[in-house]
Amino acid sequence: MSVSTDLSARGRDAVAAPARRVRRLSSRDKVVLSIMVGIPTLIQLVLVWIPTLMSVGLSFTRWNGLELTDIKPAGVENYQFVSQDYPPFWPAVQHNVLWLVFLALIATPLGLLLAVLLDQNIRGSRIYQSIFFTPVMLSLALIGVIWQLFYNRDSGLLNFLLGTSGTPQAVDWFGDSSVNIWAALFAATWRHAGYVMILYLAGLKGVDPTLREAAQIDGANAVQTFFRVVFPAMRPVNVIIIVITVIESLRAFDIVYVINRGTNGLELISALVVQNLVGEGQVIGVGSALAVILLVISLIPITFYLSRAFGKDKEA
Amino acid sequence: MTLHEDALRRASSQGGWDRRTLLKTFGAGAVVMAGIPLLAACTGGSTPSGSAGAKTLTFGSGSSDEVPKAAYKAVTDAFEKKSGVKVTTNVVAHNDFQNKINTYLQGSPDDAFTWFAGYRMQYYAGKGLLAPIDDVWEKVGANYSAALKKASTGADGKMYLIPNYNYPWGFFFRKSLWAEKGYAAPKTFDELKTLCAKMKSDGLIPIEFADKDGWPAMGTFDYLNMRLNGYQFHMDLTAHKESWDQKKVSDVFDTWKALLPFQNPNALGMTWQDSAKSLADKKSGMYLLGSFLTQQYTDKAVADDIDFFPFPEVAMEGQDSIEAPIDGLLLSKKGGQNQAAKDFLAYLGTPEGQNVYAAVDSSNIATAKGADTSKFTPLTKKLADSISGAKNISQFFDRDALPAMANNVMIPALQSFIKDGTVDVKNLEAQAKSLYAAQ
Repeated sequence: MSVSTDLSARGRDAVAAPARRVRRLSSRDKVVLSIMVGIPTLIQLVLVWIPTLMSVGLSFTRWNGLELTDIKPAGVENYQFVSQDYPPFWPAVQHNVLWLVFLALIATPLGLLLAVLLDQNIRGSRIYQSIFFTPVMLSLALIGVIWQLFYNRDSGLLNFLLGTSGTPQAVDWFGDSSVNIWAALFAATWRHAGYVMILYLAGLKGVDPTLREAAQIDGANAVQTFFRVVFPAMRPVNVIIIVITVIESLRAFDIVYVINRGTNGLELISALVVQNLVGEGQVIGVGSALAVILLVISLIPITFYLSRAFGKDKEA
Repeated sequence: MTLHEDALRRASSQGGWDRRTLLKTFGAGAVVMAGIPLLAACTGGSTPSGSAGAKTLTFGSGSSDEVPKAAYKAVTDAFEKKSGVKVTTNVVAHNDFQNKINTYLQGSPDDAFTWFAGYRMQYYAGKGLLAPIDDVWEKVGANYSAALKKASTGADGKMYLIPNYNYPWGFFFRKSLWAEKGYAAPKTFDELKTLCAKMKSDGLIPIEFADKDGWPAMGTFDYLNMRLNGYQFHMDLTAHKESWDQKKVSDVFDTWKALLPFQNPNALGMTWQDSAKSLADKKSGMYLLGSFLTQQYTDKAVADDIDFFPFPEVAMEGQDSIEAPIDGLLLSKKGGQNQAAKDFLAYLGTPEGQNVYAAVDSSNIATAKGADTSKFTPLTKKLADSISGAKNISQFFDRDALPAMANNVMIPALQSFIKDGTVDVKNLEAQAKSLYAAQ
């Protein structure tokens, strides 16, 4: 009852508005609106932008974290230190690039493949979906335990299956610095593929079935239908997947951290940021400089994504 | 438009207002909730204390594990009973306590708190965040050895720490294995190498070693540096009064290189618990670690079969120095004005106070002379003797050096040394210079 009257009242307002040129928002509405916009903006400002700007500022200083008067300007010394004197930095950059290439060439296509297979209305599709998506939901600690069970040198499943468990030939999956990055990448793929799969499954469901039918009537086979028709039709999802893949490879952290805190062949920029900013080994200037470097690299895909997103809004 | 319709409209807009109020309240709630972590970060999570009256004191404890926590509880209870002072204890998870010590000391710290000897104590003392306790030491100083006194002294020569317990680092081995193979504890580095070669030919891993976590390898570095260049040089190097880019330091690594082939080649993938198991299984001959190793052996047959020998002599000062991290109590700047807090520290500096602690937590060794040793196992007695006989006590690299130097520089450097036997002392010095300058 009240709903219908409300609607009719609103309809009348809309009709009256252009004629009378009244402001549509009452002052109360304005207050409410400004609060609703203001509060999230404030939260964003306090929790994201101010710390970001402070990090940028601190990256040009030396500070022991005690008195504010102890903050000493240091110019670009922290950046010099990171690029010239800090041995883990360049391996970390390389590992981040490797991470990106691996996710882009192996993990993401794998997720797409899983999505396509599960989209075929096979029996138990839901169960497979849940299985592949579970890794995305697991906590850091649990992931550590799971991969420990697989990779442990003496009692792990993998070496047991290889038949080398307990012998000197056993591969040291976590300790050998030429192997452990691949072990970590495999674990990362295990998570990333599930994530990509869910997104593509949603994308595939959103593709108009008449497109497929039309392609089939035109004589396209399954492969052609997918790559020439369905895949391009999922363009919005593809853009999101690209951005997610890039961002995931930049913020990759948890798996290497549970293995050995990102040392000995598993250096990643994010792990170095944590090492330098949190905890006892805190060096605020250096940690901030590393964080700024990571931020600048991250801005590239974020800008790409936003320009695509807003560009599309304009088209529409 | 009827009156009826108008009334309804007002009623519905009234309803709308209610929804908005709800949203507003929700928004305000969100802001408050978002603010909580910030506020907590500002105060460092500590509670203000009423230390004005001399009859109460607050005690901040990082000993959050069950046994040490109960042990400190027993101490505060006994002290309350004895002195009539009311002690309020704030226990914080020990990693958090260590990580947040900066904000903790600057915020409103407790009067007394648990900490350890070494560079970090001297650093905060130098920043004026701790209260000197020379008057307490006048009362209980006679209970401590000269080495303990040295370790409790700040850079300004004043006393800051009341040691409670410590635990030595050294070589641990299984007596039965050694008796069966006829090994004898080496006194010198050459004897150690000979013994290692013999063990290797017997099919054992001579020296058990684990460094996945990065810190255990520091123990080998500390001992080799102290035995090669002396205790004072080690202290000066860790405090960065000496340069890393010098022959004395590269000599340490060169000497270590002779041991590397005898240390477990899989060290980088192992935790110290893995190594402890390997020693228990008699796969390896000996293990250089802190005496907390023995806590790992719950099987009494194994625990009773563990023996100890101190790190052999290499070039100078014989076996005078021992690595034995000391845990104890400090006073915050504010706590220095509270006589009750000083009395509490003095109480823990007596054999009586330490006996109360050790009665609950027996895995460590009490530091005060005259503390009850009747319940010591032969091994504990041996460990205690090795400490009391030492002229110098080092605290382990991550306590003797700047934590950033230990965590960010030494861990990667030692891990790459274990991997390929090379270390770039020039780079170590460059990093040390930058990090110590930031303090």
